Amino acid sequence: MTYTYIGKDRRRIEDPRLLVGRGGYIADLKVPGMLHAAILRSPLPHAWIRSVDATEALKLPGVVAVLTGEDCKAKLNPCMSFGPATITQYPLAVDKVRYVGEAVAAVVAESRYLAEDGVDLLKVDYQELPPVTDPMAAMQPGSALLHEEHGSNIGYERTFEFGDVNAAFADADLVVEDTLHWGRCAGMPMETTGAVARPGFNGVLEISCNSLNFSYFCFLIAATLRIPSNKLTLRPVPAGGSFGSKLAAHKVPTLAGFLALQTGRPVSYIEDRLDHLTNSDHHGCDRFYEARMGFRADGTIVGLDIDVVDDYGAYMQFGVGHHGNAFSQVVGPYRFRDVRYRLRAVVTDKCQQGAYRGFGSEVHNWVLERLVDQGAARLGLAPEEIRRRNFIQPDQFPYRIPGGNLYDSGDYPAVLDKALSMIDLDRWRREQKRLREEEGRCIGIGLATTQERSVFSATEFWFLLEKPTFPLTSSPESATVTIDPTGSFQLLLHCQSMWGNSPETVGATVLAEEFGIPPESVNVRYADSAHALPGTGPGGSRYTAMVAGAIRGASRKLRDKLLRIAAHTLEVPPDDLELVDARVQVRGEPETGLTIAELAGTAYFFALNLPEGMTSGLEESYTYDHPYTTLPAPDGSDLGVFYPIMGHACHIAVVEVDPDTGIVSFLDYVAVHDAGTIVNPRSLGGHVTGGAVQGIGTTLYEELAYDENGQFQSPTFRDYLIPTAGEAPAFRIGHVQTPSPFTEYGIKGGGEGGRMVAPAAVSGAVDDALREYGMRVRRLPVKPSEIVATVQAGRSNS
Amino acid sequence: MTASAAAKYGTTRRTMTVRVNGQGVTREVSTRTTLADFLRDELDLVSVHLGCEHGECGCCTVLFDGHSVRSCLMLAVQADGHAVETVESLSANPAELHPIQEAFAEEQGLQCGFCTPAMVLRTKEIIETGRELTDAEVRHEISGILCRCTGYQNIVNAVQSAAGRRARGRS
Repeated sequence: MTYTYIGKDRRRIEDPRLLVGRGGYIADLKVPGMLHAAILRSPLPHAWIRSVDATEALKLPGVVAVLTGEDCKAKLNPCMSFGPATITQYPLAVDKVRYVGEAVAAVVAESRYLAEDGVDLLKVDYQELPPVTDPMAAMQPGSALLHEEHGSNIGYERTFEFGDVNAAFADADLVVEDTLHWGRCAGMPMETTGAVARPGFNGVLEISCNSLNFSYFCFLIAATLRIPSNKLTLRPVPAGGSFGSKLAAHKVPTLAGFLALQTGRPVSYIEDRLDHLTNSDHHGCDRFYEARMGFRADGTIVGLDIDVVDDYGAYMQFGVGHHGNAFSQVVGPYRFRDVRYRLRAVVTDKCQQGAYRGFGSEVHNWVLERLVDQGAARLGLAPEEIRRRNFIQPDQFPYRIPGGNLYDSGDYPAVLDKALSMIDLDRWRREQKRLREEEGRCIGIGLATTQERSVFSATEFWFLLEKPTFPLTSSPESATVTIDPTGSFQLLLHCQSMWGNSPETVGATVLAEEFGIPPESVNVRYADSAHALPGTGPGGSRYTAMVAGAIRGASRKLRDKLLRIAAHTLEVPPDDLELVDARVQVRGEPETGLTIAELAGTAYFFALNLPEGMTSGLEESYTYDHPYTTLPAPDGSDLGVFYPIMGHACHIAVVEVDPDTGIVSFLDYVAVHDAGTIVNPRSLGGHVTGGAVQGIGTTLYEELAYDENGQFQSPTFRDYLIPTAGEAPAFRIGHVQTPSPFTEYGIKGGGEGGRMVAPAAVSGAVDDALREYGMRVRRLPVKPSEIVATVQAGRSNS
Repeated sequence: MTASAAAKYGTTRRTMTVRVNGQGVTREVSTRTTLADFLRDELDLVSVHLGCEHGECGCCTVLFDGHSVRSCLMLAVQADGHAVETVESLSANPAELHPIQEAFAEEQGLQCGFCTPAMVLRTKEIIETGRELTDAEVRHEISGILCRCTGYQNIVNAVQSAAGRRARGRS
């Protein structure tokens, strides 16, 4: 299928305003009379709050108010949470602090400078408690408890088994096992989370914010603030990046709203970097694995056994949704049928987990690929060969995996072949040998694949729970298309969708395809929550596929109206008409027709010329529900279809590791992705390279570290190391397009795959470079110190 | 209030004159106001983005007497008598982009846009000499500004495109 606009490299509609510095970010929003908030954060990992003394702060000229957890307890309900009901949280800590950086008090003042001065003047009396930092120790009886009401530091524990892993392993020729740790990192966008709240017209509280899928969560914020949901309007503000970190950053808008309600004035609260690093509520996964995989001698994978302890930090706002995500692609692109997955989610004195590009499936993919690499090495197979032997074949789709999810379509051998065609692996392997022998250099080649699930269904929020309290099944997206009286197009999007992706360009491109108009002629707007139709927002690589479905639905309704007006005007049956290049014309007689502008004039101003029963105007909305989801079985034996739009990718990384310094540098990097029908190849390429560099950061550099006393070790960008242009490789990108049979145009999501596969490819490359020293990447990030230690140990053993 | 308390709470003010985007500006400012906050709050130059406020992310980069500096690490009063340039000096009009901004649009050298004004200004500075740069040199030259979206590849392409446009414009 070829399209006129879809699939072509296209300049983004969003870019001109961004290039002149008018992105409309939350910190750019200034409201008359606006106050500014700053937060006092806990210096202790675990302590009772005995008292907060604001006397001196309130004496400071310019300080308007100080609010604490006591105020939250008295005037708010707990924040939204999909976790255990006995683990509650508020925007400011109530009764006790549970990690370094947790918010203790908010100072509201005439300027941010004065608010920070006020924070300096607060005095807090803490009663220290033993820090709970090691998730293994936290599970033991006698450990100090974070949440007394919960009665344990284990937030969730359950084992799922699909098939019979013991039987599968009994038949295996080889069972490999590994102890792995995926370290804590985060999306860490350049812009932090922020909100501006103000008491508005008719007693409505208006909160502008750069976080939150507001049309999904708005009523939950209202519930926390104890106001009717129709008295809260959330306004979406474009974000300077998210990568998941703004997906449900609910405390920031909730706190700004609370402060505005309490002071009766507009209040801005924008996190600074320290706020965000310590307290984003969106740290990434922090998982400890004991993992096993069984093989036959020919490399066929027979089963997977996972035992994972996930260090969730102090709270569990998403429950264990990150592991539901792993179940969406639990077998990767491989055919094996037997899987066991034991999960223990533990609370500790650290910032809680949120979303980060991959939402847990990237971690699972790394574990899966680590085991496959180990199997390949043990069986003497090349990494590409063992994968090829296990791929689900193109004629097996739609393919139902253990656990119940469905893969819609794919051609994994084609993706692998494409990647291999872009790099001469035989030459690199010769070169690797030559450089080792002649120059003593350590070159490594890593090859890994990933599934890239996209378009989540809401069932994954709760299907792991034994007794879900709110088993929702909706995750829709909406669009409103308006043709104005002159024939110009307006597109209204119904969610917070601009955070570095391209919702406007995507939307305009789809509209252009539907009506034959130039994409750049479309104006795109965002509804606020008071006007918004059902929407779920970007996340889980769902937005492009979902909004395309919504826009196409609205467009078809609108096209039908245009055709009926034209048929009435031209006195021909509607079936004889077609819409071509912004014009409705008679099939086979293209000179007879009317432009969209002419039809719009009729629709708005000549009601007597409309067909009987038709009303004036040209506006249609459409709400597109998830294209394919099924209910899970109540007993957990089948999780249902929940993430069926399945992309795929293969990365090949060639690295050089300096054995004396542990520094890893890239010599080549090939990335091939299949995200179904591509709307804008250059934008997808940007997601691939951006995601892959984040994956490289996860693998080699980034760590949100806590010491054994619970003190936070990564409070600045001098400690939390984001890759610069110097660390990032020059990528070579390839695309394969296997359309989805379930979405409009066959689009699949493509926002996360880069980060989902790069850690496995780079880990494999580092292993390969230092194979003679017994290097095996088991802990991320793998630091230079660990590499050097491994080399030194290997040298002394040899 | 004692003198030290006045200093601590920002009541010490001083009059300064600075040339911003070619225009002379005289203002009385608190001595503790950062240059970044002065540009954003006093002059509404909101292209100066605050990403970390500790001199690491580079999103607040401006040209100070023609050289890139991190405006979050300078006090406004330090700019007294100097010239500051923000991305608005290239073009503040989305419909009429400067060739460097055009190059970024063409190569999609941006996604969320938060590091973009800094990257554009840095590009202006590094292509000014007219010397051809390798991709590796470009990567080195922009390594003081963090971009979390692009993986840098398209930014490198944009810088090279901007350099090419400049060279063609001169020849």
